[in-house]
Amino acid sequence: MNGGRLLTFARRHSAFAMFAVVALGAPIFLNNAYYLSVLAFTATRLMISLGLNLLMGQAGQISLGHAAFVGIGAYGSAIMTTRWHMDPWLAMALAACIAAFAAVIIGIPTLKLKGHYLALATLGVGEIVFILLVQTKSLTNGTDGLTGIPALAVGGLRFTQYNPRAFHLLVWGVALVMLLISLNLSDSRVGRSLKGLHRSEVAARSLGVDTAFHKVQIFVVSAVFASIAGSFYAYYVQYISPDSFTLTFSVLLVTGVVIGGLGSVWGAVWGTLLVALLPEYLRQYDDYTNLVFGILVIVIMIFLPTGMIGVPALLGKWRRGIRGGGRPGSGAAMTEGTGAADGGTV
Amino acid sequence: MSFDQFLQYIVSGITNGSIYALTALGFTLIYNATDIINFAQGEFVMLGGLTAVSLHRLGLPLPVAFCGAVLIVMLVGIIFELLAIRPLLKASVLAQIIVTIGASLAFRTFAMIFWGRDSLPLPAFSGETPIKIFGARMTPQSLWVMGLTLVIVVALQLFYRRTLAGKAVRACSVNPEAARLMGISYSRVVLISFAVSAAISAAGGVLITPSSFMGYGSGAMIGLKGFAAAILGGLGSPIGAVLGGLALGVLESLAVGVVSAGYKDAVAFLILLAVLFVRPQGLMGQRPVEKV
Amino acid sequence: MHRKNVVIVVAVLAALGLLWMVGCGGGETTTTTAAPTTETTAVATTDTTAPAGPSGDPILIGAVVSATGPASPLGEPERAVLAMMETQINDAGGVLGRPVQIIIEDDQSNPKEAVTATQKLIQQDKVVALIGCTTSGATLAIKPITAEAGIPQLAMAASNAITDEPPMDWIWRTPQKDALAAARALKYVAETLGVTKIAVLHDENAFGASGAAEIAKSAPGLGLEIVATESYKTDDTDVTAQLTKIKGANPEALIVWGTNPGPAVAAKNMKQLGMEIPYIGSHGIANKAFIDLAGDAAEGVVFPAGKLLAVESITDPAQKAVVSQFVAAFEAATGGKPNTFAGHAFDASALLVNAINTAQSTDAAAIQSALNATTGFPGTGGIFNYSSTDHDGLSVDDMIMIKIEGGAWVWAK
Repeated sequence: MNGGRLLTFARRHSAFAMFAVVALGAPIFLNNAYYLSVLAFTATRLMISLGLNLLMGQAGQISLGHAAFVGIGAYGSAIMTTRWHMDPWLAMALAACIAAFAAVIIGIPTLKLKGHYLALATLGVGEIVFILLVQTKSLTNGTDGLTGIPALAVGGLRFTQYNPRAFHLLVWGVALVMLLISLNLSDSRVGRSLKGLHRSEVAARSLGVDTAFHKVQIFVVSAVFASIAGSFYAYYVQYISPDSFTLTFSVLLVTGVVIGGLGSVWGAVWGTLLVALLPEYLRQYDDYTNLVFGILVIVIMIFLPTGMIGVPALLGKWRRGIRGGGRPGSGAAMTEGTGAADGGTV
Repeated sequence: MSFDQFLQYIVSGITNGSIYALTALGFTLIYNATDIINFAQGEFVMLGGLTAVSLHRLGLPLPVAFCGAVLIVMLVGIIFELLAIRPLLKASVLAQIIVTIGASLAFRTFAMIFWGRDSLPLPAFSGETPIKIFGARMTPQSLWVMGLTLVIVVALQLFYRRTLAGKAVRACSVNPEAARLMGISYSRVVLISFAVSAAISAAGGVLITPSSFMGYGSGAMIGLKGFAAAILGGLGSPIGAVLGGLALGVLESLAVGVVSAGYKDAVAFLILLAVLFVRPQGLMGQRPVEKV
Repeated sequence: MHRKNVVIVVAVLAALGLLWMVGCGGGETTTTTAAPTTETTAVATTDTTAPAGPSGDPILIGAVVSATGPASPLGEPERAVLAMMETQINDAGGVLGRPVQIIIEDDQSNPKEAVTATQKLIQQDKVVALIGCTTSGATLAIKPITAEAGIPQLAMAASNAITDEPPMDWIWRTPQKDALAAARALKYVAETLGVTKIAVLHDENAFGASGAAEIAKSAPGLGLEIVATESYKTDDTDVTAQLTKIKGANPEALIVWGTNPGPAVAAKNMKQLGMEIPYIGSHGIANKAFIDLAGDAAEGVVFPAGKLLAVESITDPAQKAVVSQFVAAFEAATGGKPNTFAGHAFDASALLVNAINTAQSTDAAAIQSALNATTGFPGTGGIFNYSSTDHDGLSVDDMIMIKIEGGAWVWAK
């Protein structure tokens, strides 16, 4: 490991540590179940986005059906706990295994497809899972949804909506672990070979990277992340219905990852925070909420075509514009530098 | 299943399939010029239908309302391209796709505020007396939809193969850089594609409103099916888009007869997946040459 | 590398654990500092909404409706009525001499959003009671929250599970539940039409699925045989395939259970296919939109509904007065005729205000017992009789059958 890399690592850890402090420390300042509830949903959203970002950004594979894996996690947990009275933690783990298994079965044929064909295939899988959730009434109770899902608990400590701080720490703790895994994966040998995949599959293959295997591998990781997020969702709301696992949700997930900045773990974090928190802030506009949100998405993409991780570059460009030229190449240097401080941009 | 029933499933399937085909044609047009999957395609359909309802309520006769709606939505398509797509022409395709997602959300919400939450009707173009084809029945309105699909696909095919502009579009799709070197204005091609695509979808939207009504959220499902049809047919081929649309419609309809209505979309998507696994480039698509 | 990360996470967690414990004390201060702000805004609202009459802090009532999203055709009239009721109640002197403020949140027809909105209403706005939601799914999703917080909730959705499954101590319902509407429709089919073979076409959403389940449960008891059951997706634009299958089973009547526009599409498609059998709808088409959409095809359609749609069918004079007044007020406020969904919102707010007045308190437990003690209360949906075990309040007699004739609603006696 050379000096430059060491520096990047130190910076990454400091970024992560700062983010962790803020995320886990939020309940100290937010003594309000509503805010904590919004943040809890944001954490589950983040878990899914991190997986999706690995898949899309690192492996260059788009998925418009990720709501399906969230659904498997949520319904798996709900069915095993309410119908078979299984322990919630065990149910969560089993649901994740089911999601992983499904990802292997779906991934092997699907990930051979390219571009928009892959997008449609994943979308199709998402729709089929949604229809199964609606139709297999004896298991899922159809569109009425499942009620009475138990809460997660350790000893006497129950992680529920009525104990929002405990749930907050739990769900953000898990999201942060997933963030660490993502950061490490994106910098490991696997991660580098994945990025190779993204740039040129043929090149990666000719360098001896088992592309098909890696793609399925990363698909499984993202499915497990999504499934765990789904389980947390189910244990938190304690009621689930198929409405929460629609195509619209899958599309919104992808939007978050791209708005943040494809290929960057931190980009996925910022994008998810924006896509999850902005509509909550826009709530005040009532009917106009989604109109404003839609237009904002367009505006952000126009000014930041590479996503929010492009902010430093944009600022650099503006500053140079003000200074009337500035130092040659300072913009590029800034992107590089700040990006590394952010931790993820490579 | 009796023969009459079977025939009715086919007729119903073709009727619905024509709508999917029209929307798929809209997707194809934009994809050919830009590689963008336009998530707002279904919203063009919805805007077309609802605009026609408004114009008709203002007292305009149906044909005028039809033309007016098509022109207005075409204008929407042009403005959308100029404001939102043009600044991103040099950015990644994914960024452009996300812009269309934002646009679909904005269009849908605008329509909800402007036209309200209820679906709205439009009178049928030429009466509602069903046409009998042996044991099956269809509305005269479906003939309009099928007719328009046919006209558009023939026109598109001629445009792509016979006209200079059409060849320019195809050139852009194959290699924008080379096309530019040949003096083709890429941005103009993109603009025209968006305009024509929005117009086609709007026309489809007006035609289906008498039989299936139009609400602010109707575009989502039609857009989804249109996208599926376009891919099934092999993105980029107008004939493929129509075949894909009709195949999807008939598959769904037969799935109701053979399995059950609840699973019709699941059956349709399963078959679609199977087709993709066997022919990853769709029914009529060409195998892409991978760049190294 | 890995060890380093683990060390950092553990350190952060430990630090936060410490901070958290300290923070619990700090949290209290946050609430107290926040309190005056709420008070100032509250006073400001009082000044604008109630210039004369009621005085003091407003009584805050929360409401969660589907103002946007697929269920918005039902949620929008509910929102309009709740806004209207706020003005009406305050003009009439408020409740307990205090003004009433109804804080309305939109759940976008999504249970998850309903949960967030409810948390906001309870935790941030500190409402004394909650009206909602529009859809069964959202209502079921927030039921455990109001139950845990001990906040009375008046639901405007029809699914049986709302009042049949625990927790149900804090939830009351104003619409006729699915079982009632299905029973009323089947009674009409069996007794008035006198047929035995029926088919069911239902929406796959919660409303349609629940209705279909109820029909399947009660049909055999009335000597009815269900020869075909088919479904459609809420946004399907054509159901001829489903109807073709149903036609093949030769039913004598078709029951269509869903909300617009599906049932209107079905009515048109039936005409296209030349199906002449009677069409029996659900209370989900109890709005003018159905007639506008289906046009000629709506003629002769029969459906169960509350008596609101045919004021002449009301025999109870008190209920007649309430309904006439409500219809007049709604027309004055919005310019249109109220449908039954608007009525659900009216009943929910009226029942709640009545309970607070009876209890002479905004204390949750007092409102709870007042609601449970509500008997003979005339509303638009019928005469409400709640008890500690019956949180539905209505009976089959509160529903009538409505027939569409000449583009208008007629009471089908």
